[in-house]
Amino acid sequence: MGSLEKRLTSLKTMTPSRVRLEAEGGPYPLSRLMAFQEDHAAARDAIFRAPDWQSLETDPSMVTQRVKSRAQNRAVYLKRPDLGRRLAQGTHLERTHPALAIVIADGLSPPALSAHAAPLVHGLRAVCQIAKSAPIFLAEQARVAIGDEIGAMTGAELVLVLIGERPGLTVSDSLGAYLSWKPNIGTRDSSRNCVSNIHANGGLSYAVAAARLAWLISRARDIETTGIGLKDNSPELSVIAGRTAL
Amino acid sequence: MPTYCATARAERFTFSSLAHVLAAATPEKSGDQLAGIAANSALERVAARRVLLDLPLKTFLNEVVIPYETDEVTRLILDTHDAAAFAPFSSMTVGELRDWLLSPVATAQTLTAAAPGFTPEMIAAVSKLMRNQDLIRVARKAEVITAFRNTIGRKGTLATRLQPNHPADDPMGIAVAVLDGLFFGAGDAVIGINPASDNIANCHSLLSSLDDIRARFDIPTQTCVLTHVTNAIELLEAGAPVDLIFQSVAGSEGANEGFGISLSLLGEAHEAGLAAARGTVGQNVMYFETGQGAALSADAHHGVDQQTLEARAYGVARAFNPMLVNTVVGFIGPEYLYDGKQIIRAGLEDHFCGKLLGLPMGVDVCYTNHVQADQDDMDTLATLLACAGVNFLITVPGADDAMLGYQSLAFEDIDYLREISGLKAAPEFDVWLRRVGLGGHSGALPNPADFITKMGLMA
Repeated sequence: MGSLEKRLTSLKTMTPSRVRLEAEGGPYPLSRLMAFQEDHAAARDAIFRAPDWQSLETDPSMVTQRVKSRAQNRAVYLKRPDLGRRLAQGTHLERTHPALAIVIADGLSPPALSAHAAPLVHGLRAVCQIAKSAPIFLAEQARVAIGDEIGAMTGAELVLVLIGERPGLTVSDSLGAYLSWKPNIGTRDSSRNCVSNIHANGGLSYAVAAARLAWLISRARDIETTGIGLKDNSPELSVIAGRTAL
Repeated sequence: MPTYCATARAERFTFSSLAHVLAAATPEKSGDQLAGIAANSALERVAARRVLLDLPLKTFLNEVVIPYETDEVTRLILDTHDAAAFAPFSSMTVGELRDWLLSPVATAQTLTAAAPGFTPEMIAAVSKLMRNQDLIRVARKAEVITAFRNTIGRKGTLATRLQPNHPADDPMGIAVAVLDGLFFGAGDAVIGINPASDNIANCHSLLSSLDDIRARFDIPTQTCVLTHVTNAIELLEAGAPVDLIFQSVAGSEGANEGFGISLSLLGEAHEAGLAAARGTVGQNVMYFETGQGAALSADAHHGVDQQTLEARAYGVARAFNPMLVNTVVGFIGPEYLYDGKQIIRAGLEDHFCGKLLGLPMGVDVCYTNHVQADQDDMDTLATLLACAGVNFLITVPGADDAMLGYQSLAFEDIDYLREISGLKAAPEFDVWLRRVGLGGHSGALPNPADFITKMGLMA
């Protein structure tokens, strides 16, 4: 047991919380205030940053198609989640009945897809055969459920939505992945499987996330369902069904 | 169903039902716009308020916003209405009730006597005719006192929930956050964890470690692990140290179904809590959380505005004599409360309605990163609520809940509020803080190292 100061410093490592551990208290120190404001600023900016669609569209290994939701801008998107779940009127997608369709959506963190979408798709292709031929849609001002309409229109068997998650103070570019079996407009969130927290700051690596998704895709095709019906039996795979935050 | 109409700037507006009037009269909220029930224009909003102003209070006993036959919350509200308590108000309009509330006749005593006579819809209606200062002025007069291992809600006090959440439910990490809060004198309302996992064994071990800390220091407070009410019943049966039984509640039967609860289930939990008899100075054993927008997000709003539904959730809560109730006002997101202005308004409305309906009302002054709000807005709301006499506020280390991913108040914020307002911690807890040397008594803790060791933190 060292000095009090040393002990307090070591206690701080036991939690990611912003504990201060000063028995004498007093107002919030300015250095902590600035750190907090910096983290909040990063989160706020992440939500409003334009996604880097161009680098995805010019990636020679990916054939993509851009689509838009019915939410015309960020302000509308934030107020009207219902509009972010639907394709813009007049959208036409070819009915090719793919085994898997991949949707890359901006969600609440466009920087997340700029940073992680392409490497994750490449990682998935390395371990999942049907991902190699999956059509890729880039969805703007989109919520998770936009994949349902894309799935219904293309006649896809499975839809995988990769979407920017709501930025936190610590991580503002976390990617989430949602898998739905034969989705349709109105598919419930409890019918999806989710792999979340894909990011470089202590989150899931591309390889681990891709392995989990490949397992889920393969299992979903075996039992022809996703969501609460697709129970994860392997302890190392953690799957959250029915998240509604997006 | 009768229709209602009123005129504003020579334009005539007609409303098809009482629910329609209430929705059009409510202050602007993105959630009511999302539901498609908000006023179509600012003038329509004023016209709807004119309807309310002249509306007899007894209308609310005859016309319901959600059908009696299909909604057990409506049945609860009407079947338990206290006609004797309502008698002095039976010939008043909503507008006259507003004037009465602001008059000197409305005191802590008369408000307590009146509470069982008010239905949630009456109180929601009158709140729509009140400015923020009215909501503060009236709520400040009310006094709702509850007790378990200490006494919460006395005039001159401001209590806190210490929320030491950890993303992996690590008991040591949680103990470190508890220590941080105790240094600032937080934790009198409850030391309450939102578990990352609802696994029963996990909840049991969290309850045991919280109870262990409480018992070791003989802290006059209560602890809670905020898991589903059915889990709490199971945990009590297994002999876990459950002080307060937690549940999220909402204002319609359908929304409560979404939470996996019914009134009979809440009744069962309440009985189980009373049977455990762990309180020392009182037996208020329930802890409820609510929030505007819950019913809409469960697709069970029945065309009723979110603030009226929130008041109906208080109708549910008051049937079970809770120790604590708080609205988690800014947690739900911008599609329900868009910005700081809407969060501040909603926080004051919720506190007012809860208090007037007889609840020990607290608030989680909070926001998420996709809402147009920041710490300045939280300072404003927290300061206003301290003026309004809020029973308790929620606090987390550094204002950042690393498990739930949102921002609430920091322990330092309570220090600030107690300093500017002169409000004190709950009496039993305040005595304990002074005895131990914690909580704004600068440098008074005689031996921090011993204290930390006694917490079980050996690092």
